[in-house]
Amino acid sequence: MRPTDGRVQKSRLRIGDAFGVGSTGLRTRKMRTALSALGVTIGIAAMVGVLGLSESSRADLSNKIEALGTNLLTVSPGGGFGGGDGVLPEEAVAKIRRIGPVDEVADVVELDVSVLRNDYVNENRTGGLTVVATDLGLLGTLNGEVAEGVWLNSASASYTNVVLGSESANRLGIESVDAGMQVFIGGEWFTVVGILDPFPLAADLDRSVLIGMDVATALFDTELNPSIVYLRTPSESLDAVRGVLAATVDPAEPDEVSVSRPSDVLEAEEAADSAFTSLFLGLGAVALLVGGIGIANVMVIAVIERRNEIGLRRALGATRAHIRRQFLTEALLLSTLGGLAGVGLGATVTAVYASTQDWEVVIPPEAALGGFGAAVAIGVIAGLYPAMRAARLAPTEALRSA
Amino acid sequence: MSAVLPASALELRGIVKKYPGTPPVHALAGVDLRIEDGELAAIVGPSGSGKSTMLHVMGTLDRPTEGTVLVDGRDLSRMGDRRLSAVRSQLIGFVFQQFFLIDGMSALDNVGNGLLYSGTKPRERRQHAAQALIRVGLGQRLSHFPNQLSGGERQRVAIARAVVHRPAIVLADEPTGNLDSRSSESIMELIHELNDEGTTIVVITHDHDVADGLPRQISVRDGRIEHDSLPPLSRSASLAESSHRGAVK
Repeated sequence: MRPTDGRVQKSRLRIGDAFGVGSTGLRTRKMRTALSALGVTIGIAAMVGVLGLSESSRADLSNKIEALGTNLLTVSPGGGFGGGDGVLPEEAVAKIRRIGPVDEVADVVELDVSVLRNDYVNENRTGGLTVVATDLGLLGTLNGEVAEGVWLNSASASYTNVVLGSESANRLGIESVDAGMQVFIGGEWFTVVGILDPFPLAADLDRSVLIGMDVATALFDTELNPSIVYLRTPSESLDAVRGVLAATVDPAEPDEVSVSRPSDVLEAEEAADSAFTSLFLGLGAVALLVGGIGIANVMVIAVIERRNEIGLRRALGATRAHIRRQFLTEALLLSTLGGLAGVGLGATVTAVYASTQDWEVVIPPEAALGGFGAAVAIGVIAGLYPAMRAARLAPTEALRSA
Repeated sequence: MSAVLPASALELRGIVKKYPGTPPVHALAGVDLRIEDGELAAIVGPSGSGKSTMLHVMGTLDRPTEGTVLVDGRDLSRMGDRRLSAVRSQLIGFVFQQFFLIDGMSALDNVGNGLLYSGTKPRERRQHAAQALIRVGLGQRLSHFPNQLSGGERQRVAIARAVVHRPAIVLADEPTGNLDSRSSESIMELIHELNDEGTTIVVITHDHDVADGLPRQISVRDGRIEHDSLPPLSRSASLAESSHRGAVK
């Protein structure tokens, strides 16, 4: 308005209007807006997704490791150069039990018989399943869980009762223990009394069917040389125990005894994951950079295309700062839009993938906030040069028709 | 005398504009001009005469190399870019040959843009914009977009935008240059009407027919005023006439 008191007020643009002015260009060119925001979206989604997925899988692994404990060791035959006979001495368990700090010991003995669904099945079609005689302490030592029915006890282990590993039950087609299901093991009928949950630290046992030691010796006339011994020891004495295990089990040929720690595998997996995480984060950063360049490019074009609009706004009283703010707002809106979409997309991908893997869904807030912050920063950086160019344009130059 | 009279809407004193180069171009070579409140004047000249430069200097879009520009009595020579922008936002209205409407905005919002940089609230802008559009005969077109309007209608929107903030002076650069003769006539009628209501308007044109229809013609050639149909001496007479005309209305 023409001032009535003779004073000219400063040019000013209300905050809400600055926002409106900055978004006009985006609203009128929706397709271009979407496409140029897409670059940032992909970059941010990649970063949030990578961080989210690696955190989710890490959370899952640490949950597993924590649940299983890192103090489980296994002793099995083999590993040396001697060739050996591939078995542990029969008294291995007793010897290990004598090592001071060891808390729990349990062994399994692989039997040279097959398990069949019934007596009509060809004996050679074992389905990859192993029959093992087990120590009753196995479930406790491995922190295993029973899915259906019960675990063997000292009474039931003396008779023809069997507990199925999770995969064995699956392959034999047995889902419940209620009906007194029977399977055919080494020419004898065994009653299924339990089905186990998977053992995370002893996947071999999932493909086994477990019977008692007594019934194994009675029916199959087998030696009881342990195939694998599982033991738990307090974490602080783990290294010491590990050091003496081989010599304790087989003083004559300690090389023929292999000792391992199953949780090492999971920890290695966790470490490998983080190497991949940095690689993918790097790729995400590259995508983000390309997205930022895309925005800068679109903004430079917008400034050239809208020269007349810049001239008009200057004629209407916009200061250089107003013009700069307009294009900066536009770039910022563009990248914010892309960033929000990217965070959403990354989180969705994480949630969907993690739930298909039965992982705990972890979207690290620093990834979401960091991704959003990176988008905003990209917008400012990408918008700065075009905005300065727009602001520097002389009004007379800007008003000249192209 | 200037102490007695109210300030002129616009005054140019000894304006020289040189563009650097070899040899330098003298776009304006010493221009003195006063446009009084309530005047309707044409600045007419062929292309290259310096009339566009004159428009830019009068509209504070460009600075003279030498000389002083006063708008509504304010000396612009020592003003920085921000204060010049403020002068444009409140004291000057522009009408361009190419209309320069923003495509993605309705007629109402385009006119409202005339008040945008003076910090007027959106509601108030819409109210004033609606009034201005009704005034230029586009009361039925408030929410139309520029691409839904004819050339003549677009220029009416642009004129509404130029007057919505009631500036001290409206500078119209070839306002009929992109229009057919019927639209041109109606636009010139509108300009006359607005002037009758008290708006000071300067029309820059190369078209002598347009210029001849206006009360005062200032012809420009080679950066100088070649002829002014109302020389400085008769200015008071012109003022008397315009105030007389205002009284009769």
